[in-house]
Amino acid sequence: MRKYYTRIDNIAGNVATLKATGVTYEELGVVEGSWGKSLAQVIRVSDDNVALQVFAGTRGVSTGDKVSFLGSSMRFSFSDDLFGRIFSGGGEPRDGRSELTDNLIEVGGPAVNPAVRLMPHRMIPTNIPMIDVFNTLVEGQKLPIFSIPGEPYNELLARIALQAEADVIIFGGMGLKYDEYLFFKNRLEEGGAMARSIMFVHTASDPVVECLQTPDIALTVAEKFAVQGKRVLVLLTDMTNFANALKEISITMEQIPSNRGYPGDLYSQLASRYEKAVVFEEGGSITLMAVTTMPGDDVTHPVPDNTGYITEGQFYLKNGVIDPFGSLSRLKQQVNAKTRDDHRAIMDGCIQLYAKCRETREKRAMGFEMSDWDQKLLKYGDSFEKKIMSFSANVSLFDALQQCWEILAEHFEPRETGIRSSLCDQFWPQK
Amino acid sequence: MSTTGRIVTVYGNMVTAEFEGSVRQNAVAYCQRSDGVRLMSEIIRVRGKRADMQVFELTRGLKVGDLVDITDELLSVELGPGLIGMVYDGLQNPLPEMAEQIGKFLEPGHYLKALDRKKEWEFTPSASAGDTVSAAENLGKVKENIFDHYIMAPFTLSGEWKVKKIASAGKYKVEDEIAVLEKDGETLSVNMIQRWPVRLPLGIYNERLLPTEPMITKQRIIDTFFPVMLGGTYCIPGPFGAGKTVLQQITSRHAEIDLVIVAACGERAGEVVETLREFPHLKDPRTGKTLIERTIIICNTSSMPVAARESSVYTAVTLGEYYRQVGLNVLLLADSTSRWAQALREMSGRLEEIPGEEAFPAYLESSIARFYERGGIVELKDGRKSSLTIGGTVSPAGGNFEEPVTQGTLKVVGAFLGLSYARSYARRFPAIDPLESWSKYTGTIAVEKVAWAHAFLRRGKSIFEMMQVVGEEGTSIDDFIVYLKSEFLDNVYLQQNSFDEVDAACPTDRQQYLFDKVCDVLKHEFTITDKNVARDMFFTLTEQFRNWNYAPWQSDRMKEAEAAIKKTLSSKEASANA
Repeated sequence: MRKYYTRIDNIAGNVATLKATGVTYEELGVVEGSWGKSLAQVIRVSDDNVALQVFAGTRGVSTGDKVSFLGSSMRFSFSDDLFGRIFSGGGEPRDGRSELTDNLIEVGGPAVNPAVRLMPHRMIPTNIPMIDVFNTLVEGQKLPIFSIPGEPYNELLARIALQAEADVIIFGGMGLKYDEYLFFKNRLEEGGAMARSIMFVHTASDPVVECLQTPDIALTVAEKFAVQGKRVLVLLTDMTNFANALKEISITMEQIPSNRGYPGDLYSQLASRYEKAVVFEEGGSITLMAVTTMPGDDVTHPVPDNTGYITEGQFYLKNGVIDPFGSLSRLKQQVNAKTRDDHRAIMDGCIQLYAKCRETREKRAMGFEMSDWDQKLLKYGDSFEKKIMSFSANVSLFDALQQCWEILAEHFEPRETGIRSSLCDQFWPQK
Repeated sequence: MSTTGRIVTVYGNMVTAEFEGSVRQNAVAYCQRSDGVRLMSEIIRVRGKRADMQVFELTRGLKVGDLVDITDELLSVELGPGLIGMVYDGLQNPLPEMAEQIGKFLEPGHYLKALDRKKEWEFTPSASAGDTVSAAENLGKVKENIFDHYIMAPFTLSGEWKVKKIASAGKYKVEDEIAVLEKDGETLSVNMIQRWPVRLPLGIYNERLLPTEPMITKQRIIDTFFPVMLGGTYCIPGPFGAGKTVLQQITSRHAEIDLVIVAACGERAGEVVETLREFPHLKDPRTGKTLIERTIIICNTSSMPVAARESSVYTAVTLGEYYRQVGLNVLLLADSTSRWAQALREMSGRLEEIPGEEAFPAYLESSIARFYERGGIVELKDGRKSSLTIGGTVSPAGGNFEEPVTQGTLKVVGAFLGLSYARSYARRFPAIDPLESWSKYTGTIAVEKVAWAHAFLRRGKSIFEMMQVVGEEGTSIDDFIVYLKSEFLDNVYLQQNSFDEVDAACPTDRQQYLFDKVCDVLKHEFTITDKNVARDMFFTLTEQFRNWNYAPWQSDRMKEAEAAIKKTLSSKEASANA
C-alpha cells in the first residue's frame, strides 16, 4: 500500500522538504494539493529529511499537501507509437492525444562504454557550403550552434534536420517561445518529417524543473532507438535555458556557485547530456545538434565556454552567416579525406585567404593605401562572401568545391593561394 | 580491520555513513543498494562517527539505512605484466572486457580484475636462493611485448629479505608464486602482482636526477623552440578549439619514448575512441610494432562518474611510476587536468568546504604540484636510468590563462606550450604561441641559434603591429623584409601539417638540416626594393620549402625542391650581387 505523508516542512524555490523514511535517491514522488498534482524527484536524502524538486513548481503548494513516493526513478514509455507525438518537457502529452504507459524505460541511465563506440565516419550532407566544405557535419557528432538571440539559429537547425537523412528526429525544446515551438512543428510538418519525429517541448511559461527533464527524456528515447540500430538526429534548443534552470535549482539548494552563479558541476551536467551522441558498431547512432545562445555575444560566458570544451566543435552564427573563423567541426577530418582530393586544400586555402582579406579590410578602414595584393584580397573576399558564405547558398559539396576553385582562379595565380602545386595542376579551372 | 556502516545522507555523488569501530581516510568502501548492487566509493572526510564518501558510480537508488562495507585498503591499483595495451577506466577496470560481460552501458557495480589471470608469461629468474633483496629489487623478468618487464620484490618490503626460494625459468601466470622471501623467521610468498595506493607516489630508487636528455616529439616547434626533457614536465593550456587534444594525440603517436600512458580525464569519449580504434593499426616507426603495444589508455570520459574522474589521473600516474620502476622511459599525457580540478571542486562543494578562487578548493595548487612532482628521471637500484615525463593539458575557462588551474600549473612545470586562439583561427598548426610559450629545458639545436631565429619572430610581430598603424607604405623595405622573414619562419618551420604523411613527424636530423636551410634564408641579404616583388619572392620560397617538407627524406622530390630553392635565392631579384 502506498504511504502518504501529509506534512511538508520547508518550501523554497522549486524545492520542498519533508520527513520521510525508506526513500531512495532520485526516486519519483507525487505532491497533491488543492492546486492540483505534480510529480517531484528526490534530490537529497539526509537522515529522515527528503528534499524534493517539484516539477510543476511550488507555487500554491501547502505545508499540509499530500506526498507519496512511487518506488522508482523517472520513467517514460518507449515504443513506435511515439512517432508524430508531441510531449511537454516533463513527458505529458501536449497534442491532446492519449498518455502512453506501455514499456516504461528508465530516464537517464549510465554512460556508454567507450570501448563499444565507433569513430564517426559518415558525412551528413547539408547542402550548405559553409558546413559541407569547411566544417563538415558527421553522423554521431555533437555540435552546438553558438549565436546571439535574434540570429536565425532555429531556421538553420530546421534546415539541417530536414536535409539530413535521419531515421528518427527527436526535438527537445527548452524555454522556447510559443511561436518558436509552432515554427518547428510547422517546418517538420511541411517538410514531411513529422511522421518520423518526436517532439518534447518546454515553453518559457512551463515550470522550470520540466526544462531540466526535457533533454534527459529526449536523449533516453534517442538512445533506445540508436540501440535498435536507428540513425537518430536530436535537436536541442536552447541549452542556455537548460543551464539557467540548473543554476536556479542549485542556488535554491544552497550550493556554492563557481562562476556567475552557475554550479561547479555545470561542465559535468552538460557533458552527460552531450556525450549521449554516439555511433554503435551495429549501425545505430545519435547525432546531436544544439543551440546555445550567448548572452551578450560573449563566448567566454560559462555556458558556451563549457559547451565548447565538451562538443566536437561549434557553428558560430553571426550576422546571418556561419562565421568561418569561430566555427569548427572537429570531426571533419574523419570524412573530408574521402570526399575528393582537393577538399582539405580548398578548406584551408580559402579560409587563410579570407582571413588575410579581413586584415586588409581593417587596414583599408584605417585609410591605408592598398597594394595590388590588397586589391586582389578585397575582391576575393567579396566574391567569397557572396557565393559561398551566404545563408541562401544551397549546393552540393562537389559543386561548392568547384565554385571555390572558380573564385580562386578569378582573383589569384595558383602559387598565391598556398595550395600545393600538384592539386592546382589538377583542379585549377582553365580560362 | 574492515568495518560496516549505515548510510545517513545521499546527495549527488556524495554519501555519508555512520560507522562502527575505526576507519581510515581514503579507504575504499562499498555502498550496498537494496537490490544487492555494491557501489565502490572512497572515504574523503571523517567527522566523529560519520564518514563522507565519494561514490564512483551513479548514486541513484541508494537510501538512508543502506549498508556500507568499509575496507581497510586505500584506493589502489594492480601492477604487473600485462598492463600495456590495455584500456582501463579511472578505477582500472578493463573497458573492453566490461563491454563483453555487461553490454554497451557501464552499469554500476561491476568491477573486473585489471590483469589477465590466465595469460602465461615466460619468466627468467635473476635472483637466486640465498640472495638478499630489498623493496623493488629484481627477482627476474618476463618479456612484455618488446620490453624486459622486471619482476621486483614487493614495494612494501621493509629492510633486507633473504630469497628462500625462486621459481626456475618457465611459464607462469601472474598469480603463480615466483619467489618466497624470508626475514626473521617470517616468510612471504611473492607473485607477479603488486598493489599500490594511487594517492601515494611510488618511487624506490637510488637517486632522482636532473633531466638532461631531450624527449623528441618530432614537432619542430616543440623540439627546437620549446623542448621537453625525459623526466620533465610540461603543460599545454589553451582555449577550446585551439588543438590541445590533437597535439596530445600527435605526441602520443610520434614521441620517441618506450611507453605512452594516455589519461583521458573528463574529456570526450570520441577522442579516446580514435586512439582506441587506430592505435592497433598504426606502426611505431622505432620498433615496427603497432602503437597500441606501447600504449596504456586510462579513460574516464566526461559522462562517466565524476569521482572516478578525480582518481583516474592518480591511477594513470601510478602506472607510469610502476613502469619507470620496471626501467622504461614513460610519457604520461593527461588530458585534461582542468577536468580533474573541476572534479575536486565538485566534491569540495558537496563537502561544503570554504571555497577559494572561482570556488576551487584551497588545496588546489598543492594538489597540482604534488601530481607533477611524481614525474622525474631516476637511477634505479640496479643502476639503470628510467624516467616519467608528464604532459598535461589545461582548459582554462574562457581561454583566460589567469585562472587558478593554469596559474597553479605554470609554477610547477618545466615547459609551457601555450596555445593561441588567434593562431588556430588562422589555421596555423600546431597553434603553440611562439611568443608566449617558454621552456626551461634545452633541445637538440644550439641555444644561441634558436634564440637568434626566435628574435625574428618577435621583431616580425612588432613590425606587423607597427604596419597596422602606419601602413605598408610607411614601413621601410628593410623592416618589411624582416617581417616577411618572420612569416616565412613561421610558415615553413613552426607550422607542421599533421595530415601529411611526411610532414606529420619531423625527426631530429631532418629538423637540424631544415633549421640550417631556413636560417640561410633568414641570413640572406635581399636587395629587393619593391615590396610587391619581395612579397612575391617569399611566396615562392614558402611554397618551395613546403614542398621540401612534404618530400620524403633524401628523395628525388626533396632534391628537386632544394634545387628550386637554390635557384630562387640566386635569382636576380633575390640579390644584386648574384
